[in-house]
Amino acid sequence: MSLQSFLSVFRRGTLFPFSPSFVELERVKFQHIPQTSPAIMAFKQILSRALRSRPDQILSSPSAFSAARAFSSAPITATLFPGDGIGPEIAESVKQIFREAEVPIEWEEHYVGTEIDPRTQSFLTWESLESVRRNRVGLKGPMATPIGKGHRSLNLTLRKELNLYANVRPCYSLPGYKTRYDDVNLVTIRENTEGEYSGLEHQVVRGVVESLKIITRQASLRVAEYAFHYAKAHGRERVSAIHKANIMQKTDGLFLKCCREVAEKYPEITYEEVVIDNCCMMLVKNPALFDVLVMPNLYGDIISDLCAGLIGGLGLTPSCNIGEGGIALAEAVHGSAPDIAGKNLANPTALLLSGVSMLRHLELHDKADRIQKAVLETIAEGKYRTADLGGSSTTSDFTRAICDHL
Amino acid sequence: MLEQMAKRSVPLLKQLLSSSAAASSSCSSRFTSHRSVTYMPRPGDGSPRAVTLIPGDGIGPLVTGAVEQVMEAMHAPVYFERYDVHGDMPKVPQEVIDSIKKNKVCLKGGLATPMGGGVSSLNVQLRKQLDLYASLVNCFNLPGLPTRHENVDIVVIRENTEGEYAGLEHEVVPGVVESLKVITKFCSERIAKYAFEYAYLNNRRKVTAVHKANIMKLADGLFLESCREVATKYPGIKYNEIIVDNCCMQLVSKPEQFDVMVTPNLYGNLVANTAAGIAGGTGVMPGGNVGADHAVFEQGASAGNVGNEKVTEQKKANPVALLLSSAMMLRHLQFPSFADRLETAVKHVIFEGKHRTKDLGGNSTTQEVVDAVIAALD
Repeated sequence: MSLQSFLSVFRRGTLFPFSPSFVELERVKFQHIPQTSPAIMAFKQILSRALRSRPDQILSSPSAFSAARAFSSAPITATLFPGDGIGPEIAESVKQIFREAEVPIEWEEHYVGTEIDPRTQSFLTWESLESVRRNRVGLKGPMATPIGKGHRSLNLTLRKELNLYANVRPCYSLPGYKTRYDDVNLVTIRENTEGEYSGLEHQVVRGVVESLKIITRQASLRVAEYAFHYAKAHGRERVSAIHKANIMQKTDGLFLKCCREVAEKYPEITYEEVVIDNCCMMLVKNPALFDVLVMPNLYGDIISDLCAGLIGGLGLTPSCNIGEGGIALAEAVHGSAPDIAGKNLANPTALLLSGVSMLRHLELHDKADRIQKAVLETIAEGKYRTADLGGSSTTSDFTRAICDHL
Repeated sequence: MLEQMAKRSVPLLKQLLSSSAAASSSCSSRFTSHRSVTYMPRPGDGSPRAVTLIPGDGIGPLVTGAVEQVMEAMHAPVYFERYDVHGDMPKVPQEVIDSIKKNKVCLKGGLATPMGGGVSSLNVQLRKQLDLYASLVNCFNLPGLPTRHENVDIVVIRENTEGEYAGLEHEVVPGVVESLKVITKFCSERIAKYAFEYAYLNNRRKVTAVHKANIMKLADGLFLESCREVATKYPGIKYNEIIVDNCCMQLVSKPEQFDVMVTPNLYGNLVANTAAGIAGGTGVMPGGNVGADHAVFEQGASAGNVGNEKVTEQKKANPVALLLSSAMMLRHLQFPSFADRLETAVKHVIFEGKHRTKDLGGNSTTQEVVDAVIAALD
């Protein structure tokens, strides 16, 4: 265990949590290619020779697993849901940029069906869900749920079937796109399964309605573990838990207790608790005060949209849903904009940045950095901007400009 | 004899005229109250009214002390009955409740709620006992105070008794906790009525209902239904609805589109604090809680109304919010010209910018701001 941790320190980007939590075990199972340099390969060979008594244990560690992969050029398969409306255009744009950047990803495309699949009770087919479960990563464009009865909403289906428990939204100010806030650099992590959105409502008597808010220890622990793991993996220094435990003492109190327990396992990360009304006020006055925010479902919904508003709206915000078993489904949270569909006017930034966060989850950090830098530089330059950012370029021009910047 | 009187009175007259000229030139011309507005009282309206005063915790005593000083300087016909209540008491003492029921009006500093300590919040208890069902926060840009957002003038009217703050929680099995959110037609209807009546009486054009009915279909659906019914009775006022997460996003990017917002309990808390934050901070926004029979005035938005220890020790709390709330209280007590004078003085001090506390970017203490306000009273 100590050798593994030693090696992991050298591995770029990821700092594995040293305590064997269930989250870590899941990630160990589905380790993808980290970037290992020749120096580390030599180091590993020396160590394996020196500690010949335990070669199997060393080689079966994730480092060996990754060493084998580093030499093979097997691309990673990822599921792509282009979605509706502007979805196909921006998905095309993403594919083009990823191809130019030589990202080792093969896309498996799935579309929303035209009839309800009885196995999933929605327009998403069982095959598409199986493909996400198999590939472990996916990218989803905007989907419009058709109005009607007898089927679940598409987002709800994905969430329930893939057990997506955390929604991660990194919000950072885009240099060059001026909003009223210039120094935003925070990540909101929102519990996605329970809380106020359990959907358990009933009418007690005429004119009196009750709605249940459920908080469980298991779900709160899960999202807190992910939040601290994320903070550590991405070099963040502070995690703030957002709550209203002075009023809702038992429910948010339980959430806070779980966060505190997890915080003790990560002594190098500062942990604080902020009441939600203070948090709202501080966010609009001085968003630089926050780093990573972890919160239950309702507060997370509101705060993550508030943070999206700080940086310029949903058209620029990336988002990633994390599921059990290390599944990551990155998605663009904006709508499908049917009025500009097919006209080559859409802004692919949200889907691109979501793709970048997907790459970071796969630990392809240098590819992710390259693409992110190219996107930010293109927007900062200001010559090629789509209509919603105040410019007049088409999607294809914008894409080409990003490819040039790579 | 007449000549002697004239000789004596001329220098007196000159002195009076010169002093009044000096006084009017010291205030900026924008803020001198012109005597064209007159409020006609009934006989006996000028007798002093009793107001219950709860200093509260943290910065509470500091800012309520500021209000007392300013009221004395203005010779306002109010006198305060002080009662000590602290956030860690199990419940509000009966004598305080009796006093508020007698006086009908109360001015209050913040009460700190101990976190997760099993003690329910005294603020919430007070509101439920006195049935103060509407909480009002007026968020507006103060001239002279630089903020990132311009043209903000939002009033957030928030249902104050039910919703998520019903306080009905229980542990189902170890590790699973449930909390009930209760929405009733009765409370939703009366808060909607209050919101539209407020808009009508204050010449406001639009009322926006904030909800999350796409997810909580029955609960927020009931709230929206009540709002829609009341909206049909006020055809001159525009009514629209907005989902709470979109609302927060719009508040941060385009706050000028909002006028009066009516919300259930929890969303109101968030929206009020966000709106207060964009318009200048919670240190300057006035507000109050009002019911059918009583009214309690306090700092508008609830964030930071107890302050932290550093601010209390250094006595640098911002009294502006409570001063503007006490102006609202004076209007409620039907002393409108005192309210106008107080507001004018406070706005003048903010506009000048020489005496500002730390949250507004200055370095003054509470006492300096209070002295400046007293000096600016005309």
